[in-house]
Amino acid sequence: MKLNRLIAITRKEIVQIWRDPRSLLIVFLMPAMLMALMGYGISLDQKNVPTCVFDREGSQQSQDLLKQFQASPYFRIAMVSGDYASLVQAINDGKCSLGLVIPNDFAEQLHKGGTVDVQGIVDATDDNTANLIFGYADAMIAGYSADVQLEYFQSRGHTTVNPPVSVQARTWFNEDLDSSNFIVPGVVVIVMAVIGTFLTSLTVAREWERGTMEQLISTPVTPLEVTVGKLIPYFVLGLVDTAFCEAIAVLWFQVPFRGGIAMMVVASALFLAVVLLLGYWISAATKSQLAASQFSLVLTFLPAFLLSGFAFPIDQMPVAVQAITYLTPARYYLSLVKIIFLKGPGLGPLIPQLFALALFATIIGRMALRSFRKTL
Amino acid sequence: MLNRLRQMLIKEFIQLFRDPRARFGLIVPSILQILIYGYAATFELHHVRMAVLDQDHSYESRDLLSRFESNGHFQLTSTLTNWHQISDLIDHGKVTLAIQILPGFSELVRKGQTAPVQVILDGTNSNTALIALGYINEIANDYGQEYALSNLQRTAPAIAVHVPSVELARRPWYNPNLESQWFFVPGTIGSILLTSCLTLASFAIVREREVGTLEQVMVSPISRLEFILGKTIPFFLIAVCQMILIMFIGRLWFQVPFRGSYVLLGIGTTVFLLSILGVALLISTVSGTQQQAMIASFFFIMPAITLSGFSFPISSMPPLMQWLTYLDPLRFYLVIIRDSFLKGVEWGVVWSQIGALAIIATVLLGISVQRFHKSLD
Repeated sequence: MKLNRLIAITRKEIVQIWRDPRSLLIVFLMPAMLMALMGYGISLDQKNVPTCVFDREGSQQSQDLLKQFQASPYFRIAMVSGDYASLVQAINDGKCSLGLVIPNDFAEQLHKGGTVDVQGIVDATDDNTANLIFGYADAMIAGYSADVQLEYFQSRGHTTVNPPVSVQARTWFNEDLDSSNFIVPGVVVIVMAVIGTFLTSLTVAREWERGTMEQLISTPVTPLEVTVGKLIPYFVLGLVDTAFCEAIAVLWFQVPFRGGIAMMVVASALFLAVVLLLGYWISAATKSQLAASQFSLVLTFLPAFLLSGFAFPIDQMPVAVQAITYLTPARYYLSLVKIIFLKGPGLGPLIPQLFALALFATIIGRMALRSFRKTL
Repeated sequence: MLNRLRQMLIKEFIQLFRDPRARFGLIVPSILQILIYGYAATFELHHVRMAVLDQDHSYESRDLLSRFESNGHFQLTSTLTNWHQISDLIDHGKVTLAIQILPGFSELVRKGQTAPVQVILDGTNSNTALIALGYINEIANDYGQEYALSNLQRTAPAIAVHVPSVELARRPWYNPNLESQWFFVPGTIGSILLTSCLTLASFAIVREREVGTLEQVMVSPISRLEFILGKTIPFFLIAVCQMILIMFIGRLWFQVPFRGSYVLLGIGTTVFLLSILGVALLISTVSGTQQQAMIASFFFIMPAITLSGFSFPISSMPPLMQWLTYLDPLRFYLVIIRDSFLKGVEWGVVWSQIGALAIIATVLLGISVQRFHKSLD
């Protein structure tokens, strides 16, 4: 590998990128759009859940319970219905997400003692949202139940009974369980995966399609020099892009950044190398822009979205799918990014992931070179 | 006219199926997507890895901990002996949560005081942490209730009989076991239809323009309307076939119920595909090369899927974004297809979605056909 030949290739590539300002625009427009869209649009938090109430009794007690729901930031009484049918209608239309039905002997039952059921009806088409709503509603009702019991014991002159256990939960790394702290670092990974592969696969495939790659090959440059020389400018662009995305994450979305910048640079550089080489390999193997862009989207976007642990926890997937996630480079980068953003310094947990990424870069690089050589 | 259209369609189908790689591309990615989404996209928690540190070693602490193990949501992976192990396991992501019972737990409980149970959660996945915390509170609450009641039965049986309590009776309609597959499989059908119909159709027209065969077609007696129909009907039919195939997988493999009407779903799908073909025509008028078409469709597909409520609820988005979702055809189609699968015909709801889609389709097709005419001049 000769330095001056490498520089020549790199310079040619830079000129080419510079002459095509449209794709340069995409390099920055696409990340900005994706960050805004996914940073704001992807959230699982439920606040102000519109609630429809069918209070069959209308007693002091039932009103007390509903007042607690009203006061909670998680619920909003959107509708008070007088019959069951209109509650069903409200849920089916999606006007209300939770339907509460209080039985007509609520106060009487409470007075008699024993357990009284309050029905909570949720449209569970979206199982996760339903689960969250049930969790909040459960907590509200448990709180009310405790109040009722306290009153009961006091009225009987019994010494108040303390609840035997209380859960003291501490959440590490994301104290307020803010879902943007969890989603936004993942969006950075998706953006990098897509942009990186997209960029190289399109530009290199274009060179093949137009036949200019043959011209390049007929010069004294070696395949290694072509590969490295062509990738250097994209690598630099990619690093700038990463910094751009991370700046958006920290400055705009206020995600904490607790780790070291140097660590982030190393991790991102390794991941970029993997993605760029993957794009290079795809384009050398397919030699068509259409096929290259289709392949690169299927091989980068889908795994980065689904199999990296971005939104869906890997340890809850079936074992076979978990095994596939180990073949997804985005999985390692995502866990690095999350550690560096949220967990902070400490090299220990980072090393296996960095090693995996380095391994991917080596293997994919070799494959890319081989399929490049074969075509000569 | 019919004869010319038929010739055009024959040409299109030959072009589509000639290349084995293209044939492969029509079927395999859809099947792959539905399988991956079906299995990987899950928010259910069945085996959250958990570590326990019992420093009390009493009957009470063991009783409480065994409830966590047998609950069905947690999986005990490590039993610890000291506090430092907790931070180590959580730092390395080996467990999602750790439960610590301090010495003196049973003593406090027996004395009738409140004993703390320490729970440490990894919050990097806030959704998992939130749902897991819900389960933990529920288990601890149940335990507390039972313990207090049995205590009371011994000390003051007369009072114990009449202790009132209120419980939430959970009624998850349409998806009683809260299965993620029931949510994601119908949604994936929508997103596959969108991506494949859009890219195939827009690429087909742009390729003709890029290669220069568009002029040849234009000098032939084929009219513009025939050309547009000839370029869209094949992709419409392919999308319908893809849909039938993946619906079969959803019904037979993933066992998602279908409670609605096939006719209504058919009408909804037709209108949805028309609106997508409108977008495809529009993309083909603004792009001269396949590369530009690729980028343009990417810029449409990403927002369309994110805003549709496909995996993240629209109700959690900021208000401005919620408004934007009304421009997204997929948003309406997902309601139609999820209703058809899980809810059964709710005529009012589905018709209003179909109506909205029809408006979008008319506007899009109107604009794109007009622009397309111009771009041929």
